[in-house]
Parts: sequence; C-alpha cells; structure tokens
Amino acid sequence: MSALQHVSLGAHYVVHLPRPDDFAFWRERARQLIQCDVPPDRVSWVEPGGTGDLFAFEGPSRGEKRLPVPGADAGEVRASKRFMRLARNASVHSDPERFSLLYRVLWRLQSKPGMMQDSVDTDVRRIEELDKEVRRDAHKMHAFVRFRLIEGNEVENEGQEHYVAWFEPDHHIVRREAGFFMRRFANMNWSILTPRGSIHWDGETMREGPSARREDAPAGDPVEALWKSYYASTFNPARLKVGAMLSEMPKKYWKNMPEAELIPQLIAGAQAREAGMVAAGTREVREMPSSLEAIAGGISACRDCPIAECGTRAVMGEGAPGSSLMIVGEQPGDQEDLAGRPFVGPAGQLLDVYLDKAGIDRGASYVTNAVKHFKFVSRGKRRIHQTPQAKEIDTCRWWLEAERKIVQPRVVLALGASAARAMLGRTVSLAKERGRPAPLEDGSELWITAHPSYLLRLDGEARAAQEELFARDLAAVRGRLFELAA
Amino acid sequence: MIQRSPQKSLRERLEILADAAKYDASCASSGTAKKNSLGGKGVGSTEGMGICHAYAPDGRCISLLKVLLTNHCIFDCHYCINRKSSNTPRAKFTPQEVADLTINFYKRNYIEGLFLSSGIIKSSNHTMEQLMETARILREEYDFRGYIHLKTIPEADPELIEQAGMYADRVSINVELPTKAGLTKLAPDKNEAEIEGALAKTKNRIIQAKDERKRFRHAPRFAPAGQSTQMIVGADDANDAAIVSRASNLYGNFGLRRVYYSAFSPIPDASAVLPLKRPPLMREHRLYQSDWLIRFYGFGANDVADATEKDGNLPLDIDPKLAWALKFRGQFPVDVNRASKEQLLRVPGLGTTAVGRILKARRYRRLRLEDVGKLTQSIAKVRPFLVAADWSPTRLTDRADLRSMLAPKQEQLELF
Repeated sequence: MSALQHVSLGAHYVVHLPRPDDFAFWRERARQLIQCDVPPDRVSWVEPGGTGDLFAFEGPSRGEKRLPVPGADAGEVRASKRFMRLARNASVHSDPERFSLLYRVLWRLQSKPGMMQDSVDTDVRRIEELDKEVRRDAHKMHAFVRFRLIEGNEVENEGQEHYVAWFEPDHHIVRREAGFFMRRFANMNWSILTPRGSIHWDGETMREGPSARREDAPAGDPVEALWKSYYASTFNPARLKVGAMLSEMPKKYWKNMPEAELIPQLIAGAQAREAGMVAAGTREVREMPSSLEAIAGGISACRDCPIAECGTRAVMGEGAPGSSLMIVGEQPGDQEDLAGRPFVGPAGQLLDVYLDKAGIDRGASYVTNAVKHFKFVSRGKRRIHQTPQAKEIDTCRWWLEAERKIVQPRVVLALGASAARAMLGRTVSLAKERGRPAPLEDGSELWITAHPSYLLRLDGEARAAQEELFARDLAAVRGRLFELAA
Repeated sequence: MIQRSPQKSLRERLEILADAAKYDASCASSGTAKKNSLGGKGVGSTEGMGICHAYAPDGRCISLLKVLLTNHCIFDCHYCINRKSSNTPRAKFTPQEVADLTINFYKRNYIEGLFLSSGIIKSSNHTMEQLMETARILREEYDFRGYIHLKTIPEADPELIEQAGMYADRVSINVELPTKAGLTKLAPDKNEAEIEGALAKTKNRIIQAKDERKRFRHAPRFAPAGQSTQMIVGADDANDAAIVSRASNLYGNFGLRRVYYSAFSPIPDASAVLPLKRPPLMREHRLYQSDWLIRFYGFGANDVADATEKDGNLPLDIDPKLAWALKFRGQFPVDVNRASKEQLLRVPGLGTTAVGRILKARRYRRLRLEDVGKLTQSIAKVRPFLVAADWSPTRLTDRADLRSMLAPKQEQLELF
C-alpha cells in the first residue's frame, strides 16, 4: 500500500513549454507521455510565465528531465483529423488549462476513437469553444489591424514606405497569422506590434521580434482623415443598430481603430439627422382634401417649396367638379397672380381664342396649373417668369392630384412640358408625345400639347407652323370629347 | 451666365459620393477566386472568406470602399437620391482618383477592395467606360489583387459589360423593383427587358468562362464571385410573397449569388410619388431570413409564401421558419434521434450547425432534451417541436396559444 502511494506521488510530471503557442512541442511530449501510459491527472503543462506548476520547479528544463521514455514496444498514439484541426487552434488560446484539456481528450481518444463527433461531451464542447474563439480572434486581427505609414528617413531606406500597426489580440495568434499579412501585403514593408510579440516583413523575409508597447507604434497618418470621412458618410442615420455593431466590433477593439472615435457622435447625431431628412425630403402624412374649397385653403397655406415664399398668392383652379375636360397649365403668371385667377394674361387670352376655334367651351372645363404660385425674379419694376424646377413641380403635384380626384375629368389636356411632368411624374418629349392620348391610372386619358406662351414667343413661319399644330391638337381633343360623350 | 462653384476637395467629394452610394445594400467580398500578391508588384489577396474591416452604427459591415464615380445622373428614378430632379449636391471623381484612394485605403488594411457604381453621365456607354477605366488602372497599373465589385449598367453595350467581368470579381445589375409596374412608375427611364437581358448575358458569360477554365488552365476568369442584384422593398406595393417569388425566379434564371433587399429608407429630397411611410426595418430582416431558408434550409418560394399572412406579407413579430411551423403543425413533433436532416432543418430554433451536431452526436448516444440543449442556442424554442429520448411535447405542439408562447414578449407598460 505504501509503495503504491509513493509511485503515485513521484509520478507527477511537469512539462514546461518553451513558447505559449508551441503546438509541435506539446504534440511531441503528449505522444511520449501517452505511450508511457501517464494518465491526464498526473501531468501539468506550464507555459512561460504561467502558474500552472504546483511543484514550483525553477527553470524550464528541470521537470522535463523526469519525463519517462517509452519502451521499444510502446504502441502508436492515434488521433482523428478533426481533433488535430481543432487542437491546433485551441493550443494558442489564452486559457491556461488548454494543454491539459487537449492531453485529456487525446488520452480518452485512445479508447474512444470516435468521441470527437460527440459534441454533447463536455471536453469536446470545450475544445470546440476554444477553437471558435481563436478563429474569431484571428479573423478580427485580419479585419481590425490598422497600418500607419512612416516615411523612411535613414540613409539606407530613404524614400521607402514602412507601414506599422499596433494590435492587441486576445490569444497567441500573432506568429500563426503572419502568413495572411505576408500574402496580402507581399510587396510592402510592414510591422505588426503586439503585446504578445511582433512580426516584421521587408518584402522578402519575415522576422519575429519581442513584445512591444503601444508607444512603439506611430501615432497618426494623414490618410486617416479621409478614412474617417468615408466612415461617417457611408453610415446611414436612418437605421441605427448599435447592438449589431457591438456584437461584431466590441469596444475592446475601438482604441486601435481611428474611425471608432467617431462612433459616439454619429449615434448621438443620428436621430436628429434622420428627423431632418424626413422633414426635408418627404411630407408628413396628410389627408387629401375632399373639396375644391379645402384645396383653395390648403394651397394658400402651403409652404412645401420655396416658390411659396415669394410673397405671391396661390391661384386656385377654376371650374366645376364633374367637368369632362381638365386643362393644366404651368403656373400663374404676373397678371394671374394679381387677379387670383388662372389663364387671364396674354397666354390665357390666346388660349381662349384657340379654344373658341376648336369649339371647346372653357366655361364647361376645369382650368388649373401644375404649380400654384408665381415663380419670378425682379428686374426693376417687372417680374420675370421663371420656369419651376422638377422638384417644385413634383412637390405641387400632390395638390393637382387632389383636384383631379374631385373633378374627375375624362380627358386632361396638359399645356407644355411642366404640366406633362406634373401629370406623369417624369419629363417627356413634347414633340414625341403630343397629338395622341396617354392612358392614366384612373382610366382617364392625357393629351399633351404646347403651352400658348410658347406661341407668343415665336414669330413668322415658325409661329404659323406651331399655331397650326396647336390648333390640330385642340381639335383632336374636342373630337375625343365628343366620342366620349356619345 | 452659369456660375461654377470652385472645385471641391477630395475629402468633400468623398463625403458626397460615399453618402450617395450607401443606399446599396451589398457589401460582400466573399466567394471569389483565391489570389494573393506574392510574386506580383502590388498588394492584395482574396482567400475565400470576406472580411468586414469595420462596422458602422447602422449595424452594417464596411468591407469595401463603396463609392460612386459621380452622382450626376441623366435618369430620373423616383426612389433614388441621385435622380436628375433631385437637389442633392453633385460631385465627380476621375478614375485615377478612385484607384489611388482604393490603394491608399487598402495598404492601411481599411478595406477588402472597391465597390464602384455611378450615376449615368452623358450616356450609358460613356459611364461604363469610366467604370472600366478605374478597374483597369487598379488591375493593370497597380497590379491590385484585392476584390473589385462593379455595378454594370444594363443599357451599356454588351462588349463593355463583358470587359467589366474580366477585371471585376463580381458584377451586379440592379433589378430595382420587384414588379414591372413598379419599375415603370418609379424608374421611368429603366426597362425590365433590358435589365433581364443583361443579367442573362452575364450569366452565360460566367458559365462559358467556367467551362473554359476546365479545359484551359490559363483561360481568363470572368467575375469569379458571380453576379448579384438588388431590390428595393416598400417603395411600391409588392407583398413579401411576390418579392420572394421574384427573387427565387432571379436565382433560378440568372444564377445569381445573392439577391439583396434594401428597405426603402427616407432619403433626402425624395420624390412626391413615393410612399411617405417607410417600411419597418424588420420587414427587410424577415426577407433576408426567408432568403436564407431558401438557400440553406431546403425551403422553396412556395413554402415561404405559405408562411405569409393574409395580406401576403411575412409576420413581423416571429421569424418565417416559426411562422411556417405554426401553420404546418401536422409535420411536428419530429424525433431528434430518428428524423432526417431535411426534417430537422425545418424545426424552428435549429440552425444548420446545430443540425450537423445532432446528426453526428446521435451516432454515439440517444439524445435527451438536455443534450439537445447543449447543441443549440435555446431549448425553449425547439421543445414544442421535438421528441427526445426523455421528452415528448404531447399537447404542447397543438396548443392554440403556442404562437404567443414563442413570440418575443411585448413589453407590458405600467399603469400610469
């Protein structure tokens, strides 16, 4: 009995690893110990600076001398491919228990060769977790290392660019991940400094160096200002998902990423920016007015576009609900603004002449404009007409749609490109679209022709030609109205 | 007289053109051919898995330098901030400037590569040539071996699109809206036939290049990361069933790698034709989940349509897989120790990883409910749908209030 106790006490082995990430060394020793049938609870694995050594030997090699040597008849040690793959990763984890865990699983594998498939097993689950955490750490290193450029100023490498990064990995992955950066930045001089060692690449060879401190890395790089601008601009303030960002980019990485210092202000500004975007871009949901009187009231109060700020009055359409023809002009002019009625100026008078000629009764039609306010610039005492912008037409379109819903015309006649845009939502070519009907969504139809003010600006032959076209378009509309009425 | 504003600085233009590009959802940099810069003159590598180099507070990954060459545009698509009639500030890069910016960012490990798109200037062909020139400078002059995603312009000459695929890892053409009516109404300058024609041509060219690579080792690669597209959700009235069925057709017909959904979000200077309300962000999320079900879980577009509610939209409070399971309770519970992989993949709460673990582990032991708990995220969610060695849900599967038991709890407000 006492002899057995002596054996069990004396047979505790301590293995000192030369480096915390030395998988090959562990593998050698583990094979040897399993061949000598040393059970997991009789081995301690100690990494440099580690405290796993209960027996406190001094110097890394003391314990090793005592490792047993397998006899010539010792059996082979076997491990599944899956174990090897996971163990290589798990061995660089910062968990001090990792080598004991790996040895325990390797030991158990000798009698249960399939156990690595059994994820319900606690040890297997733990190796899977370590593997996953190491792979994630490596992936984050690939992603979050940030190089800063130092221009070489020593004689030998003058003008040569050197890129230096400071990074703090959670696990002992630096040496293993050197290959990734070498393949990616093969023709660059770079160094990655970390508290767990450094690596340096000069375009041809890889050197390893001791642990570094943050102060050893350069402090800034002018390109970072551009990168920060990019980061802030590519962020969409309409969608704030801070949790999703934090789960992929935890705060511990922020201090080494130049763009991360913008995050607090971006989050704080996001709500305000979105509110601003909505206010500037779209209008709040409003009920469409249900009577022409309501529209008249609405347009005089409307300030959705800058034209309304010119100090003019809104000019409402004229005519009765149920009119079968709706005539849409561009916007009120100087005289329309003064009179508060559509089409009373020179263009309106010309329109009246042609409507008469074509046999269309203006009094039985509904006459309105695409834009309800007069847009102009002042030249001395005169107010010079300005064409409304597409944006302004699109904004005012809401009122026109409301009028059309109430009047319910069967035919809409758009005078000029602005009116056509207000009806269709897109800019069309007048020459291509005039003279034939275009179906509208509610079943009515749209006819497009020139604006009478266009005729006023022409003279001679050109005017005669355009007047003829204009008259022909109006006649076609009249014909269509007769057809529909019949 | 036209007043010309002084030339904007590089930084100001980057701000404008990155801002204008951010409504494109795609940012993937994965799945392309492996390459690295060993033996070359420049920088760059792609090793299969894409890398997200940063995350913005909107939760989206920043993998590529995503910019427009210019946001001047002769088109007038209503949902787009860069449309002709928008008052947004305009800017323009030269191809050389974009190439230099890409290299400078890449060398500092900020990005995986470039995602370049553009507003249409002068003509579709001219624009496409500018995009190509940028990719050419990167590939030929800088020997850049990182990732390039080019947005191609369907209206451009097929030869130009063909050349784009020679430089780019991925090419994409946006179908923009899920229905033809929506496209006609909101993107009056675009044409469905033209977009689909370009998608089909690109698909054929990708297949052809793959075939050539089989025969000749040095045949040039053509868009090795394939093609993708994007649809805007919520700008027209298409429901989820219609969107998923359209996406499924696109996957099938054009061999797409991904269909991206972008929830129509309030953009500055939006057109009056657009709905005033933005769709809930959750809708985009549910669409991506159903996309995932189709790509990895053996669901069909019809299964997703089955999971929708009366209005043809997916429920927002529960995920589409749970919605499907609640409608087809006859298929459950399944025996975790016997069921096929296909059956297990249909169980709400079991992902592909968990199913893989179950299939392996059950060769070594009969799984109890506790064991399943170790292999999955949450046992509460899967419990009603599983039979294990020591567990049977008996009446739980058929309870009328199962949905409310499993749906995330709504917060009850305090009486005030």
